[in-house]
Amino acid sequence: MNIHEYQARALLKAEGIPVPDGDVAETPAEVKAIAARLGGTVVVKAQVHAGGRGKAGGVRLAKTPEEAEHVATSILALTIKGLPVRKVLVVPAAEIAGEAYAGLIMDRETQRPVFMVSPAGGVDIEEVAATTPEKIFRLAVDPRYGLLPHQAMGLAFRLYHDLKQVRAAASILERLYRAFVRHGASLAEINPLATTGDGTIVALDAKMVLDDNEVERRPDLAQLRDPSAEDPSEVLARESGLSFIKLEGNVGCVVNGAGLAMATMDLVKYYGGEPANFLDIGGSSNPEKVVNALRIITRDAKVKAILFNIFGGITRTDDVANGIVTALDQIDVGVPIVIRLTGTNEAEAIQILEGVGMTALNDMDEAVQQVVHRVGEAA
Amino acid sequence: MSIFVDRDTKLVVQGITGRDGSFHTKAMLDYGTKVVAGVTPGKGGQRFEARVPVFDTVAEAVAGTGANTSVIYVPPAFAAGAIFEAADAGVGLVVCITEGIPVGDMTRVMPFLAERGVRLIGPNCPGVITPSQAKVGIIPGNICALGRIGLVSRSGTLTYEVVHHLTRQGLGQSTCVGIGGDPIIGTNFIDCLRGFQEDPDTDAIVMIGEIGGTDEQNAAAFVREHVTKPVVGFIAGQTAPPGRRMGHAGAIISGSSGTAAEKIAAFEDAGIGVMKRPSEVVALLQAQGVA
Repeated sequence: MNIHEYQARALLKAEGIPVPDGDVAETPAEVKAIAARLGGTVVVKAQVHAGGRGKAGGVRLAKTPEEAEHVATSILALTIKGLPVRKVLVVPAAEIAGEAYAGLIMDRETQRPVFMVSPAGGVDIEEVAATTPEKIFRLAVDPRYGLLPHQAMGLAFRLYHDLKQVRAAASILERLYRAFVRHGASLAEINPLATTGDGTIVALDAKMVLDDNEVERRPDLAQLRDPSAEDPSEVLARESGLSFIKLEGNVGCVVNGAGLAMATMDLVKYYGGEPANFLDIGGSSNPEKVVNALRIITRDAKVKAILFNIFGGITRTDDVANGIVTALDQIDVGVPIVIRLTGTNEAEAIQILEGVGMTALNDMDEAVQQVVHRVGEAA
Repeated sequence: MSIFVDRDTKLVVQGITGRDGSFHTKAMLDYGTKVVAGVTPGKGGQRFEARVPVFDTVAEAVAGTGANTSVIYVPPAFAAGAIFEAADAGVGLVVCITEGIPVGDMTRVMPFLAERGVRLIGPNCPGVITPSQAKVGIIPGNICALGRIGLVSRSGTLTYEVVHHLTRQGLGQSTCVGIGGDPIIGTNFIDCLRGFQEDPDTDAIVMIGEIGGTDEQNAAAFVREHVTKPVVGFIAGQTAPPGRRMGHAGAIISGSSGTAAEKIAAFEDAGIGVMKRPSEVVALLQAQGVA
């Protein structure tokens, strides 16, 4: 789960990491008040779950509270990568003498949290990683012991020469590790880790991604979720216990199992169609899930046909067939439906569907070809 | 022969009286798996289905029955604890079906297992089946058939789809292993490839991967160096957008890393026959000389 910069800042601040003053606002009037309180030039930053905010005009300087109000009006009217801006963060414009990078990721390869630090921080860190990887220093942390003091110092010496700054950075890295573990993060990043005019080291920007599985069991983390920052269909899906991701195509897909769902999307593409979504109804045979799946898919006006691809292992195909019949009683889908089901209780499933004048196919390739063909007819 | 599980597997089921645990234990017993014990704290002394003894702890189950393998069906909040317990009790293989274990928990589990030399399969996996010998997990027994193809996969139902094609067209399996869809898993592709390469009863190998991470790329390099048996592979998620978690916690393209294209290229470089569709599996195996 992505959280906003202002939320990540608050988590780091609570851990004792120096973070500049500032506050979040939802209206230009609030922005004006915050800017007046901070005094001097401020930066107004869009809070959306998308990269490239600066390039999209979502990060702007303002010299006076009035200008901040004006700038906020235009930023709050922006849509960045399809996401409307609903909140902005207002911080003092800092005088920056240097920019370093400090990040911590959950690394699959070493199966440990891995620090990445670089003295060359700032907006071009990805380019640094690509072109001069020797400027990025990595350290895998043994989770049984955490970040040891000498390890934190070792990393900090890669960033600074002045001993006072090295000690300050080491303390920030230890606290970053603690925040990462405490909140079940899969990523925690300070970029830039800035040196101000007087030599103080501060976290000027913060980014954190939390492990969905951790959020699932931690109400304190779940409340950081901002549903207004997500696609409404995806919010609805999550609340219905479905795994759903909206795509740009026109073939709606309802599948059991994540791997099969991906393979189904790929096969739609293989036969010349474009998938409208990823959707995994999971192993449950609950008809309500089928109803919700169809509701979510048909919200998208681009969808011209819907494909069910069900491999009955644990899932009973007759339960899914019952779910389809129930769903079609409740919702007017308005587009053709192609059903493929095979496996557990498929004879019963076919009988149930035939009872309401529907048919089912047995083969995945055949079903996908047919649904792509139906979309072609509708166009 | 086979890998990981066989006739000598003596299984203890952690969470045997739960909804999923009891359902799948019945299926494993029906398949002929030697389920020797179950564990549910507080239900020690009972019998499951009037025959499998239930214990309060895995240590008691192992001491009382000689169980050498554990399968875990407990909810995500307790699953990491269940893996620690199984490893501490001295079983050599732990199969964790549970989906939803936080990755942070797994980073603490892994060194504990390594110190004790315990193999973990999963988590978030369908388990492992050696047809007509032992089924440990949730892979439906009726779609598998005894034969000489080794199969390893990060997925559940996509595995069933491919196994179904194999079985229907007369190619049985030596062992099918679902290694799981999480970012941190115990047994990886390479462990399975090594097992199948050494298994005299496996003639060819099918690998089913997906987007996210570098396990398939590492596996391809291993195939090039160490595997002489024919290998065919499939990668799911060619149409997946970057930065989005596609159901499985591990199925996510980070930046430009972990894409299907990158993995398919690695497979091709290693001489692995790449399936464009799951239904091509038998034709590709035949093209590699598998009868």
